[in-house]
Amino acid sequence: MTLQEERPFPLGRPRSIEREPALELKGIRKSFGPVQVLHGVDLQLFAGEVHALLGENGAGKSTLSKILCGILSFDEGEMRLNGQQRRFMDYDDAVKAGIGIVFQEFSLIPYLNAVENVFLGREKHNRFGLLDRTAMRTRTRELLGRLGIQIDLDMPIHKLSVAQQQFVEIAKALALDARILVLDEPTATLTPVEVEHLFVVMRQLRAEGVAIVFISHHLDEIFEICDRITVLRDGHYVDTTSVAETDIDRLVLMMVGRRIEAGFPDKPDPDDTAQVVLRAREMRLHKNMPPSEFELRRGEILGFAGLVGSGRTEMALALLGEFDAASRRVELHGTQRSLANAADALASGIGLLPENRKDEGLIVPFSVRHNISLNNYGKYRKLGFFIDGKRESADVGAAMAMVRVKAPGPETRLEELSGGNQQKVVIARWLNHDVDILIFDEPTRGIDVGAKVEIYHLMRDLTRRGVSIIMISSELPEVVGMSDRVCVFRAGRIVKTLAGEDVTAQEVMKHATAGGSDAIH
Amino acid sequence: MPSTENASPERVGEQFTFRLWTRLRQSDLALPLLGLVAISVLMSLASDNFLQFSNLMNVMRQVSIIGIIAIGMTCVILTGGIDLSVGSVVALTGTIMAGLMVGGLDPALALLAGLGVGVGFGVLNGALVAFGGMPPIIVTLATMGMARGFALMYSGGYPISGLPGWMSWFGSGRIVGIPVPVLIMLAVYLLAWVVLERTSFGRHVYAIGGNERATRLSGVKVDRVKLFVYAISGLTTAVAAVVMTSRLMSGQPSAGVGFELDAIAAVVLGGTSIMGGRGSIIGTLIGVILLGILNNGLNLMGVDPYVQGVIKGAIILLAIYIGRSRHA
Ligand SMILES: Nc1ncnc2c1ncn2[C@@H]1O[C@H](COP(=O)(O)OP(=O)(O)OP(=O)(O)O)[C@@H](O)[C@H]1O
Ligand SMILES: [Mg+2]
Repeated sequence: MTLQEERPFPLGRPRSIEREPALELKGIRKSFGPVQVLHGVDLQLFAGEVHALLGENGAGKSTLSKILCGILSFDEGEMRLNGQQRRFMDYDDAVKAGIGIVFQEFSLIPYLNAVENVFLGREKHNRFGLLDRTAMRTRTRELLGRLGIQIDLDMPIHKLSVAQQQFVEIAKALALDARILVLDEPTATLTPVEVEHLFVVMRQLRAEGVAIVFISHHLDEIFEICDRITVLRDGHYVDTTSVAETDIDRLVLMMVGRRIEAGFPDKPDPDDTAQVVLRAREMRLHKNMPPSEFELRRGEILGFAGLVGSGRTEMALALLGEFDAASRRVELHGTQRSLANAADALASGIGLLPENRKDEGLIVPFSVRHNISLNNYGKYRKLGFFIDGKRESADVGAAMAMVRVKAPGPETRLEELSGGNQQKVVIARWLNHDVDILIFDEPTRGIDVGAKVEIYHLMRDLTRRGVSIIMISSELPEVVGMSDRVCVFRAGRIVKTLAGEDVTAQEVMKHATAGGSDAIH
Repeated sequence: MPSTENASPERVGEQFTFRLWTRLRQSDLALPLLGLVAISVLMSLASDNFLQFSNLMNVMRQVSIIGIIAIGMTCVILTGGIDLSVGSVVALTGTIMAGLMVGGLDPALALLAGLGVGVGFGVLNGALVAFGGMPPIIVTLATMGMARGFALMYSGGYPISGLPGWMSWFGSGRIVGIPVPVLIMLAVYLLAWVVLERTSFGRHVYAIGGNERATRLSGVKVDRVKLFVYAISGLTTAVAAVVMTSRLMSGQPSAGVGFELDAIAAVVLGGTSIMGGRGSIIGTLIGVILLGILNNGLNLMGVDPYVQGVIKGAIILLAIYIGRSRHA
C-alpha cells in the first residue's frame, strides 16, 4: 500500500523541546524472514511523559516495543539512550539500562506464585546468600497494593484470573524500578475500576520522571492518561501528535486511513416470548454462598459484567463442567443436563471462547488453518475418516476474511501473528462452527477499533440466525452496547440482572461495586 | 504474501526453491534428512560393503523391530507423553504368544491373543494417564516393571521354544527379495502416516501436544484421544513382538531391555519435539534408519561394542543440540 508523504496533522511537540529525549528511535526497520514489518519508524520518548503507541492489529506496536527492550534486534536505524547510541544485546541488557516492559502475551511461569514470578531471575538474597523471601514478599505485596489489587501470594499463577495475572505482570515490570517503562496492552482485560488504579500508579511514575510507552486499543484511555501519541500504520510511521491537538476521529483516520462507523449495531426489540435455551439454577461457585441463577433465551446476547475476580469466568466454566462448582443445575432446552466437560458441552451445541487466548484458546505452534478447524473436523469428513482438505481450506479462507485476520496465509503459524490477529483466529473458529450457544469470554481483547465494530456485527448476525451468546466483558461500553440483558456479578455471584432500559453503565457499575466491597479473589 | 514486483524467470525459480526449503524446514524434516545423507556418505566412504543391496536390506531388517515400536512412541510423544513400558511389553507379548502356541492353541488365535495383551497394556497406560490424571512417565515406569514381572512369572524365567516352523516367516521370510519384517514395518508406517496426517484424530494428537488445555476447552475429547494413543503404542509394540518372536523362534522373557530408549532416541532424532506438538512419522522412520546405519557402520568398521555406546550417545546429543533451537 502507498502512504502519502503529506502529514495532515501538526507534528506534536513535547512540553519542552529543548530537553533531550530519554530514548530516541530513528528510521527503525525490521523484517521477519521475507516479511518487512517496520518500515522506518521514529519514536521520541521524553522523561515524565506517557506516550501512546497507536495502530491497528499488526501495525507493529509490539514489535517496536520489543526492539526498544532489546528482545528483538532491528535491521536498520538508530537507537539513542540519553543521547548516546545504543543497541541492546538482550532484555537483560536493556533492564540494566533502566528499561522495563509489560508484555502483551505474559511472561509468567504458570506453576510459580506471584512473588517468585515478580522476582524471577532477579531474586533478592540475604547476607548468607540465601533467598530473602520476606523481603521479596513484602515488596510484591507493596507493589500489588499500590496497584490496588489483592492476590493470594501463595497461589500458583495459572490458578489466577487473567486480570490478576495482568497485575502480576505489571508488578514484575514495576519491580525493576525502570526509568523507561513499556506497557503493551495492560488494560485489555481490566475493568474501569482496575484501570483507574493502574492510571494512578502511572501518574505517580510520570511525576517521578519515568517515561512510559502505553499501548491500548481503548481510545478513551489514551485521552485520559497520555500526553503524546505516535501512530503506526502497516509498519509505517504516520505521525506524532500531542493529545491536546487531536481527537478520536482524527486518530482513527490516522490509524486506519478511513473513517469508521463507530458504535454498536442496533439491539433487537426485547422478546420475552423467546424460547429459553439454557436455564441455570442453584449455581454456587463456592460453598456457603447464596445461589445464583440465570437464563439464556434464543437469539439474545446475555452480558456477564462485574469486576475482576467477581466470578464471571468461573460461572461460565461451571456451566460446562470445567470449573468445580459447589452446586449447579443446568437445563438445556428444558431438559436437565449435567455437562462433564467442554467436549460434552460441544456435543450439546455449546462453544467456549476462553479469555486467555495463549494458554486456553490457541495452539500457538499450529497454522491458522489448523487452529480454526481444530474442533470442527466432523464438518470436513470424507470416506468416514479422512479430512476433506479442499472444503476445509475454503471455509478457513472465508472465516479468516470475515474477521480480517492479517496473515500471509492460512498456513502461517500463530506465533507469527500479532496479538490482536491471534484473537481474531479464535473468534473465526467459532464463526465457522455450527453451535446454538456461544460463550464469549472477553472476545474483543486486544482487537483494534475497526475490527471490533465488524465483530460486533458478526455477533448480531449470529443471534439473528438464532444463536444465543453469553458475553463476558470487562469493557463497560461493550457490555452495555451489545447486551440485551446483563447479569451483574459481585463477590462470586450474580447480584442483579438488568434488562431493557436498565442496561446502562451507571446501573452496571452501581451493582458491581455496591456495598463498598472491592474485588475478591 | 503476494509480491508486487515483476517476477523474472530466475526469480520464480529462486522463489520456488526458497519455498521448497521453507516448507521442508517447517515440516521439521530437513535436519533429520541432512543427518541421514551425511551419515550414509560417511559410511559408504568408510566401508565398501555398506552400499550393497544385501547390506542395506540387512540394516532395514535389523531396525524393523525398533522401527515398529517407534511408530506408537511417536504418537505418544506427539501428545506430550512417553511410553517406557514398550520393552517389557515386547517380552510379555512374545512369551505369551509362544506359550500359547506351544501349549497347542490355534496359532492364529495365539497371535491375536498376543496383540490383545499389547493393546491391553496400552489401554491400561492410557486410562491411567487420561482418566487417572497421572504423569505418563510414572505410569509407564510402573507398568514396565509389571509387564516384565508377568513375563517372568508366565515363563518361569526360561525362554519358551518349539514354535511351529511357519512362524519364522514374519521375521525371516522374504517377498521379492525384501525381508518380510521390513515390509511389515513400511506398511505400519504408511498406515500411521495416513492416520496422523489425514484424519482428525491425527490433528488432535498434535493439538494436545501443542496446547492440551486449549484443545480441551475447544471441545475436543482429549481423554479419549490420549487413551487411543497409548493403545496404539501397545498395538505397535505387540506387532514388533510378533516379528521378534519369529526371529528368535522363541518367547524370551528377558528380551526387549532398553527398547524404549532406542525408540525414543529414534523419535527425537527424527525431529519430533520431546515436549509434543511438533514432529512427524516420516521423521521417525528417518531417525530409525539413521540409528540403524550408525549401528551397522560401526560394526562394519569393527569398532569395539563398548566404544559404540559412547559414540552413539554423543551423536544423539549432537543431533539434538543442532535441532534444539526450533523446539525451544
Ligand atoms: N515472529 C514473527 N514472525 C513473522 N512475522 C511476525 C512475527 N511477529 C510479528 N510478526 C508480524 O509483524 C507484524 C506486526 O506485529 P506486532 O505484533 O508488532 O503488531 P501489533 O501492532 O502489536 O498488533 P496487535 O494490536 O494485534 O497487538 C504483524 O503483521 C505480524 O504478523
Ligand atoms: Mg501487539
